[in-house]
Amino acid sequence: MSARLHWRKFLSNFMLTLTGVCALISVSVLFLILGYLLFNGGTSINWAFFTQLPKPVGEVGGGMANAIVGSAKLLLAASLLGVPIGFLGGIYLAEFSGSSVASVVRYAADLLNGVPSIVTGVFAYGLFKHFSTLAGAFALGIMMIPITLRSTEEFLKSVPRNLREGAMALGASKSRTIATVIVPAAYRGILTAILLALARVAGETAPLLFTAFGNRFWSPGWNQPTASLPVMIYTYALSPYEDWHRQAWSAGLVLLGLILIINIVARTILSRGIVVPRS
Amino acid sequence: MTTATPTIHSAGPRVGSRSFLSQLRDGDEIARLVTFLFAASVVLVTVLLVLELWTNSALPRTKFGLHFFVTQVWDPIMNEYGALPFIYGTVMTSAIALLLAVPLGIGAAIFLAELAPARISDALQFFIDLLAAVPSVIYGLLGFFIIVPLMRTVIYPALNKPLGFMPMFKGPSYGVGFLTAGIVLAIMVIPYIISVSREVLLSVPRDQREAALALGSTRWESTWKIVVPFAKTGIMGSIFLALARALGETMAVTMVIGNTPKISASIFAPGYSIAAVIANEFTEATGDLYLQSLIELGLVLFLLTFILNGLARLLIIVTTQKGSGIAV
Repeated sequence: MSARLHWRKFLSNFMLTLTGVCALISVSVLFLILGYLLFNGGTSINWAFFTQLPKPVGEVGGGMANAIVGSAKLLLAASLLGVPIGFLGGIYLAEFSGSSVASVVRYAADLLNGVPSIVTGVFAYGLFKHFSTLAGAFALGIMMIPITLRSTEEFLKSVPRNLREGAMALGASKSRTIATVIVPAAYRGILTAILLALARVAGETAPLLFTAFGNRFWSPGWNQPTASLPVMIYTYALSPYEDWHRQAWSAGLVLLGLILIINIVARTILSRGIVVPRS
Repeated sequence: MTTATPTIHSAGPRVGSRSFLSQLRDGDEIARLVTFLFAASVVLVTVLLVLELWTNSALPRTKFGLHFFVTQVWDPIMNEYGALPFIYGTVMTSAIALLLAVPLGIGAAIFLAELAPARISDALQFFIDLLAAVPSVIYGLLGFFIIVPLMRTVIYPALNKPLGFMPMFKGPSYGVGFLTAGIVLAIMVIPYIISVSREVLLSVPRDQREAALALGSTRWESTWKIVVPFAKTGIMGSIFLALARALGETMAVTMVIGNTPKISASIFAPGYSIAAVIANEFTEATGDLYLQSLIELGLVLFLLTFILNGLARLLIIVTTQKGSGIAV
């Protein structure tokens, strides 16, 4: 073999190994994050974290019970807004619309999907003009719309044609076909997409900063500010108190654990054999 | 919008199309209308968002005009606002992020698409997808407690000693700054680059590779000289997508950039970004001009990501269509 060929073979092996190293580094970041959070959060998490309110500034101890409930409330209200719009809008796109209307809606959804989350927060604040749980939920809800809408559309369209024709041949109307044949055939994919959308907004902090704001106590109502886990992590991490740092790690572990579990369940169990479109 | 169905009330069962009344009875028209309203509300929300950003930033637009983008002063006390330090910070951190993330991301994507067996590739892609799901505040938390100290003790001395004569690497380091934010952003956008690039690379037809190998090229030559150029536009698309994410990223950057509205040549210096200043000052903004200047920054951010996302989608679609011949 000539020296040139040797060189080419060496280069080939070298560069291909290098790409493997790149992949290894990228994936190992996930385990680094997980390990660090498990170590730091795991050593400082305790029962009080889930059951107690934050202690007054300067006192050690307390927990984030209000933030956990606050996050749950925000996610619930966000789903009530985002899921119906995304799901029913997706049905319209896949089943009823002409191509020109559909492309306008699709374009709007893509635009909405690309809006930086902080800008969504500015928008929600501008509509509500004050800090409230509802404003936060509104911001998170409109962030859920694009993913839900586009994946509902995709999954409904991928339902085999003969299922539709079968239902129609039996004399079912279009809406009945959709409700009893097409949606049930596509529900696993749609549910996966909704769960992924939920997991995505569960960790969003920026849109909550000036909508749900924050609260060191139980939120008195839907129209009042509320604490939430992501915002708590942010404020506690940047605080000068050692004990708050400890709690920020605990909150980080709880939040990331929740999001990863939703992701893993949605991607492995629910969507087996289904390709989930990327948001 | 909706094409009107022929309304023939008296007609009995017709061949071909059913009467409006029977469709109404079956609920078809109602279902159509209801779902249409929900779909239309998506458009409504989007229009409202743009409209609100536009009308609520009228004050600084008339007062400062285009000056807003070239003024360095950001002084709430004197009521003078210029966006340049924030635009600089956003561009600087995103540029550093891409510089680090693009080689690593494309390298990993090549491995996943060209080398790794399908099962390993899918497994690794699963982890990459999980990585993309990690919320930004977690990246900020880790950046703040790991990368900031690391910057002070390891990265800064290593770069400042040999390269300190260049303005880029000059000056003291406080741990927080452009480079720290850039590193955190790089880690955050790598998953996007890998996922999209891998998909684009996988859509390159097999015969392209086989032809190259048959002509005697090595595996790497067929990958680098044939497959990657074929997928070039799509990979560019993935980079634009990552750039759009990096520009709009708020929490992680806010936590590690240092939040100082100053333009510095040094990548170790603390700075500020558009998203970070909105996050920090929006709740404290007193006076309409202050608040509206922040909203105008939001508008700028929106327009930037809007353009980049549009370009990205176009490039990705063009490439995957070229490969498969099927519309996506």
